[in-house]
Amino acid sequence: MCGIVGLFLKNPSLRSKLGAHLETMLIGMTERGPDSAGIAVYHSPVAQDRCKLTLFNADTNYPWRELSGDLGVALNAETDISQKGNHALLVAQASDDRVLPWLKAEHPDVRIMGYGHLMEVYKDIGLPAEVAARYGLRHMEGSHAIGHTRMATESAVTTEGSHPFTPAADMCLVHNGSLSNHNNLRKYLRKHGQEFETDNDSEVAARYFAHRLQEGASLKEAMEAGLKDLDGFFTFTMGTKDGFAVVRDGIACKPAVMAENDDWVAMASEFRSLAYLPNVEKAKIWEPAPSTVYTWSLQ
Amino acid sequence: MHEIDLTKTPLREVNQRLQTLPPDTNERVWKLTNLHGEHACAVGLTQPIEVHVDGHIGYYCAGMNQEATVIIHGQCGIGVAENMMSGEVRVKGNASSAAGATAQGGLLVIEGDAGTRCGISMKGVDIVVKGSVGAMSAFMAQSGSLVVCGDAGSSLGDSIYEARLYVQGKVESLGSDCIEKKMTPHHLAKLERLLKSAGIDADPRNFKRYGSARRLYNFHVDNVDSY
Amino acid sequence: MSAPNTPFYTPPRFSATFDQHAIAEIHRAAATGIYDIRGGGTKRRVPHFDDLLFLGASISRYPLEGYREKCGTNVVLGTRFAKKPIELKIPVTIAGMSFGALSGPAKEALGRGASKMGTSTTTGDGGMTPEERGQSSILVYQYLPSRYGMNPNDLRKADAIEVVVGQGAKPGGGGMLLGQKISDRVAKMRNLPKGIDQRSACRHPDWTGPDDLTIKIQELREITNWEKPIYVKVGATRPYFDTALAVKSGADVVVLDGMQGGTAATQEVFIEHVGLPILAAIRPAVKALQDLDMHRKVQLIVSGGIRNGADVAKALALGADAVAIGTAALIALGDNDPHWEEEYKKLGTTAGAYDDWHEGRDPAGITTQDPELAARLDPVKAGRRLANYLAVMTMEAQIIARACGKSHLHNLEPEDLVALTVESAAMAGVPLAGTSWIPGQGGY
Repeated sequence: MCGIVGLFLKNPSLRSKLGAHLETMLIGMTERGPDSAGIAVYHSPVAQDRCKLTLFNADTNYPWRELSGDLGVALNAETDISQKGNHALLVAQASDDRVLPWLKAEHPDVRIMGYGHLMEVYKDIGLPAEVAARYGLRHMEGSHAIGHTRMATESAVTTEGSHPFTPAADMCLVHNGSLSNHNNLRKYLRKHGQEFETDNDSEVAARYFAHRLQEGASLKEAMEAGLKDLDGFFTFTMGTKDGFAVVRDGIACKPAVMAENDDWVAMASEFRSLAYLPNVEKAKIWEPAPSTVYTWSLQ
Repeated sequence: MHEIDLTKTPLREVNQRLQTLPPDTNERVWKLTNLHGEHACAVGLTQPIEVHVDGHIGYYCAGMNQEATVIIHGQCGIGVAENMMSGEVRVKGNASSAAGATAQGGLLVIEGDAGTRCGISMKGVDIVVKGSVGAMSAFMAQSGSLVVCGDAGSSLGDSIYEARLYVQGKVESLGSDCIEKKMTPHHLAKLERLLKSAGIDADPRNFKRYGSARRLYNFHVDNVDSY
Repeated sequence: MSAPNTPFYTPPRFSATFDQHAIAEIHRAAATGIYDIRGGGTKRRVPHFDDLLFLGASISRYPLEGYREKCGTNVVLGTRFAKKPIELKIPVTIAGMSFGALSGPAKEALGRGASKMGTSTTTGDGGMTPEERGQSSILVYQYLPSRYGMNPNDLRKADAIEVVVGQGAKPGGGGMLLGQKISDRVAKMRNLPKGIDQRSACRHPDWTGPDDLTIKIQELREITNWEKPIYVKVGATRPYFDTALAVKSGADVVVLDGMQGGTAATQEVFIEHVGLPILAAIRPAVKALQDLDMHRKVQLIVSGGIRNGADVAKALALGADAVAIGTAALIALGDNDPHWEEEYKKLGTTAGAYDDWHEGRDPAGITTQDPELAARLDPVKAGRRLANYLAVMTMEAQIIARACGKSHLHNLEPEDLVALTVESAAMAGVPLAGTSWIPGQGGY
């Protein structure tokens, strides 16, 4: 029901090509997910006193400029907005814990695709190649990026329930598989302050990890906790501000391939998405072992 | 040698062509080029031809192979040579999960590593891996041989029937009802033949043999932890 | 409570919760240390087709005469992708049952009867026997998690391929065949030592999930030159999503098996407590097809407790294209025939209740590998009995359809039906009889 890809650059000189490489990887997963695609790119960091949000509304005539202006007035902050298809990129000179409540209260018809200092998220219907072209993925530079292609099971192909899920600042998660205890977990997470937008199992996983990270766990610790608390079949790839993690459940039936060399580390549901990365012939290629957390960090 | 460029000829046509070669064909050697990780490449072959898959390939390459020799000059995806009946499949790079799954005969050689579940449910095939195999290899392996020159991941031979496993390196853990067994001259000779047929240079005396303890053949409540 | 013939006598009172079956089962578990295993489908009463009724003709709806005013019964399966779809004369097929679970004569009889009526049989866990391919004019080849006896030559000899994800008696369980039925021949076909208990695989070895199923179906098509329809069979659990996913994975036909569907052997608790009644599964499956605009383009076969032409007609009215019978077919051959009552008594049971098919001691010679017992079944006579039964089912369905004004069974619709109970009305999505109320409308 889906394909997932992720690319993390160790060598900064490759950053200008991040988007181009991710686009190729994403297109490699078209057969696994022809209905819609989602990407999260970590790039163009905004200053510490600002935050960046990717917003969505299906109406391409949505009054984004007005929204930006009203936000600026309400928070007495500088704001800037640019539109890309049915998404809009908003930068505000304020912290996200002020911007998010305002958006939810004043513009409940706008979906917040992602937020933070670096991360931009675009999710749309169409073939992966179409979605990538629509948002100019090929030209995006950055340090790391994650993508997902989806085979929808509902009749209406919408981006409701699309990956990546973005439960916290600069955090995103993609999932290939099917959880079996997400309903109970959702109830627990709601009690601990997480708000859910869908009844999707992957959203539960994403918010579970966000919850763990908020409680002070490191990326590795959060994922290891997930191996204990999440039941079902999964390959997860997670992105954080400066990190990248991959984990598979103990039964490891959902596919995952990784490749790593001195310049980059990448993962995909099938090898064919890795086949065009630079110097992949010299890279170490392996399949992540069951119940093992793999993490990389820019620091 | 007949070369087919897969960007110019659709896979459907390539498979059809290879599958319908007559027994007396003189088109015996084929090379498939310009691959993009296609799935089900060179599947269902029935004649003793030689097919070179020149690059990285997707799932189920050489699936249900009969008689043919298929050589993959790269990595391959899930289920290479799945349910092979006879013939030989050789992977120069790494194989993904479920290599040789349910295969009933023939020889599968993996020169790199194999992923999880190598030889799952094998039913008579001989699999020789120069590198290591991942977790849950030889799960429910019924018959045939799995030779691993490197290491084996966790739960090797879980729920094994009568297949024979030979591992040179470390075994992370053994699965339900799988135990180490004695190597007799008979087994050493068999292992030597397998290594030779795979073209791999290794000393059989460095290997340990693993197989079924046969305690799960008929249900007994005291074995309930194994289920 | 006190003794009879005294004042205030009260008769013994049995518990509804700890009834005689529950108590006997606890005693048995305590004595043996193993779960109870049996054959068949669910035995307890669940909402089923008997809870639905057809409306028939009236002043506003006119019936067809018999004979000359034809009511068509044919169905074509596999029109979506296959080069050679299957044409059946009747919409009743024989479900997958293995040689191993059934005797050789039983499989032969099924083939004979089905072929006479122009319909298909299906192989089971363990592979295809030459006798079965010889006797069945249309043979569907099951592709199961175990892959026992699976080989490409048989794949190519089949008329269709059924990828089995699960079955109604045990959705999530694999095949079970105990040592007493692993004869020489069965052992050889399945590549197992003789006389041991076959352990079951419940998932396919080389794919899990609809994304990888898509690739597996592609492989099967490549190996068989895209000729044969590919069915995907699931036990009834999440029928809306499973049907949608099967379609997305590239299936030509979806086969849905309810909890009344039988098995040769599995744990009693699995049969009775996992999976939905078929009545609850059909409408969601049909809705999934309709939502994808695939109804009648990807065909739906349903099974699980189909017993007569009324059940066939009701399944079709709810939107199925065909049905499959398993238990009913075995009964037609002679399973649970009172003729063998003496032997049933010796086995601790009685005709009509015999379900220890896993033990392989079937007096009727159907669910056994014992050559002496199997010899009791005359495959020619039994084949004729099956053909008779299939003919009766078909005629019954036609009688009902004509009474509803239909010139073809496929023109039966949900609006021809009403329900006798609130549960069946909600499950089938038809009004409670005498009202226009469909409980729960608003979901699916």
